Amino acid sequence: MRATREVRSLPAADVPVVLTRQGPHGPVVCACNDAATARGVRAGDRVVDAQAINPDLHVEPADLEADARLVERLVHWARRWCPWSVQDGRDGLILDMTGSTHLFGGERAVLRDMCQRFALQGLSVQVAMAPTRGAAQALARYGNARMICGPDDVGDCLASLPVQALRIGGTPLSVLTRLGLKTIGLLAGVPRAALMRRFATLPQDQNPLVLLDRALGRSPDPLNGPADPVHFMARTRLGEPVIDPYPHLQGLVNGLCDALGEAEQGARQVVLTIYRIDSECRHVPLTMARPTRDPVHLRRLFEGKLDSIDPGFGFDLLTLSATRVEPVSRIQDRLDGKRDTQADVAGLVDRLSARLGRDKVTWSTWVQSHSPERVEGRVPALAGAPVPPEAEVEVDRPLRLLDPAEEVQVLYAVPEGPPQQFRWRRVVYRAVRHAGPERIAPEWWRDRPGTRLRDYYKVEVQGGRRFWLYREGVVHDGRGGTPRWFVHGMFA
Amino acid sequence: MENRETYGQVVSLPPRSADVATAQPLVQGPCALTDVHPLGLADPAGMGFVLAQLPQDAGPVLWVQDHASRRENGRPYMPGMRGFGLRVPVLQVRVSHPRDVLWAMEEGAGCGGLSAIVGEVHGAPQVLDFTATKRLALRGEKSGVPIYLIRSGDGGVLSAARERWRVSSLPSDAHPHDPRAPGALRWQAELFRARNRAPGRWQASYDADRPSAADRLHLVSEADVGALDAGHPRSAELARG
Repeated sequence: MRATREVRSLPAADVPVVLTRQGPHGPVVCACNDAATARGVRAGDRVVDAQAINPDLHVEPADLEADARLVERLVHWARRWCPWSVQDGRDGLILDMTGSTHLFGGERAVLRDMCQRFALQGLSVQVAMAPTRGAAQALARYGNARMICGPDDVGDCLASLPVQALRIGGTPLSVLTRLGLKTIGLLAGVPRAALMRRFATLPQDQNPLVLLDRALGRSPDPLNGPADPVHFMARTRLGEPVIDPYPHLQGLVNGLCDALGEAEQGARQVVLTIYRIDSECRHVPLTMARPTRDPVHLRRLFEGKLDSIDPGFGFDLLTLSATRVEPVSRIQDRLDGKRDTQADVAGLVDRLSARLGRDKVTWSTWVQSHSPERVEGRVPALAGAPVPPEAEVEVDRPLRLLDPAEEVQVLYAVPEGPPQQFRWRRVVYRAVRHAGPERIAPEWWRDRPGTRLRDYYKVEVQGGRRFWLYREGVVHDGRGGTPRWFVHGMFA
Repeated sequence: MENRETYGQVVSLPPRSADVATAQPLVQGPCALTDVHPLGLADPAGMGFVLAQLPQDAGPVLWVQDHASRRENGRPYMPGMRGFGLRVPVLQVRVSHPRDVLWAMEEGAGCGGLSAIVGEVHGAPQVLDFTATKRLALRGEKSGVPIYLIRSGDGGVLSAARERWRVSSLPSDAHPHDPRAPGALRWQAELFRARNRAPGRWQASYDADRPSAADRLHLVSEADVGALDAGHPRSAELARG
């Protein structure tokens, strides 16, 4: 089964499209559509070569991580057809359909259903059914469309396929090719003892004989599927529609926290859903800085969040589900009986973010930049713990920064020199002492062209205040007229 | 043998001299709620004074700022604050109304994991009245987290703060290497209302390079000790000395 994600409205089917990834010598083709395949483009080609041959080639960068995440999700989604499924390679799924085909009306109907449902999601698939795992993946990748192979004709079905279909690669593949064993049928005809002698030193997953035995069902190859993710949810069904959700919240929160506690999990994100009787629903999401299953804390986070919900004619179903969970053990982590102060801070972050908004409660993040206003960024406190900067700023920096910098009228003795007097917010300050200039050039890789450099001065005025002023540009730098002056910050 | 007459008796020692008492007073450890009034427009001296008293090795600091204060005084700049000696992370909360500043500070006051709470409010809003500050002070006393309230543009309305300071910048010391450059900073700090101690006025200097946090803020009493009025028993002594 091969999944190619069609992300957005791509060109028509007859336009050749390739997805690229970075190779050691520039971008290479990672996947291509049917039109590109028909023109002779293959995965692994260099993009410049393919573009030289096909000037109308549509090139898009591939998002391999998103593809991997998608396949991971599809593994669980595919359990609609059978109880066990597992990822196969980078782009395949193996489903153990034993005993479940009759639920969908037979093997052929199951395969048709699979193709349809994947097509509805915008995914093109190649499916095949076989008694063994190795045979199924070989037939899906190299065989005819929707091939179904019975338990007795595995050898016949595989006979005409190339040996690469068994995932034989590298040295054994070149050895087999040199010997003229190009198809599985030829390989199966060779006496076992001869194969065993030649490939005895190879590991299991590269040994042609072992791979052949697995594909033909002569040695076991069981499926070890990942466990289903548990969905934590509490629900309250009401006999009569009601308007006020608050009285039912405590029960929901208790139910969810009990379920989380049994599984030793904590919720990072919960969603309260209110189903109105006019078949509308409203969602109230909440995010926590640390996984929690404390019912009092969760209940408190919902304070005031439900006032803005329009209950309409009332609602009769409430669900509270944990959409993101992380393991939290029930083991006691302190012996002195004191409170866990980090949990206290995380709880505070939750409450502040729930009431004020996620972007209002922030930690500092550090950016490698020369520009003083870019050095410090803000990251929502819900996203994680604060990180200290990699390196301290060694130069003198003000305690306060004006954002944006405010323009001032300046008197100076020489245009390139420090200010003698400036007027800021309608107050005139007379400079007494100054340090500087500290010249900060614009970052050409980030700023617009024509951005002027800055000369920063630390200026102490009469009375003792210390300002951080800068002159934007120098005279005759060819980037505008007379340089302007700004107050950017204040020192203590 | 002369001591035989006084042996075993209680001898009362003379009281400490006034100089010692007034020259080494200041920061006696944090109190529940401290008001800091910066004098002058957008003067970060008050902020520096608060930073100088923050603990250096404990949990994060909660820093709440309302929109007016941010517009008038600028935002706290972490590279500068780290250069000032602050090593703990700062949880910044930015709100639009002073009411939310008070709410966030009250929430923080109940959290034992914080090392301090700093709130900034500009222009003496209605909500920041005696009752609100009293609530804050009581919460701070209960949890033991020191709370600082920087009230810019505020003439000093009623407050239940345990200590109230006015802080302004003074001309800095001479730079050791460059006579034209400003040197080590100095502030004037005036304690104009306090619960458990006499008010006074000091010249403060700050040295971020000292290893111990207690040594960094250095306060020297000003010559005219405004706190000691004429009725004070030590005022005459001070005037002579």
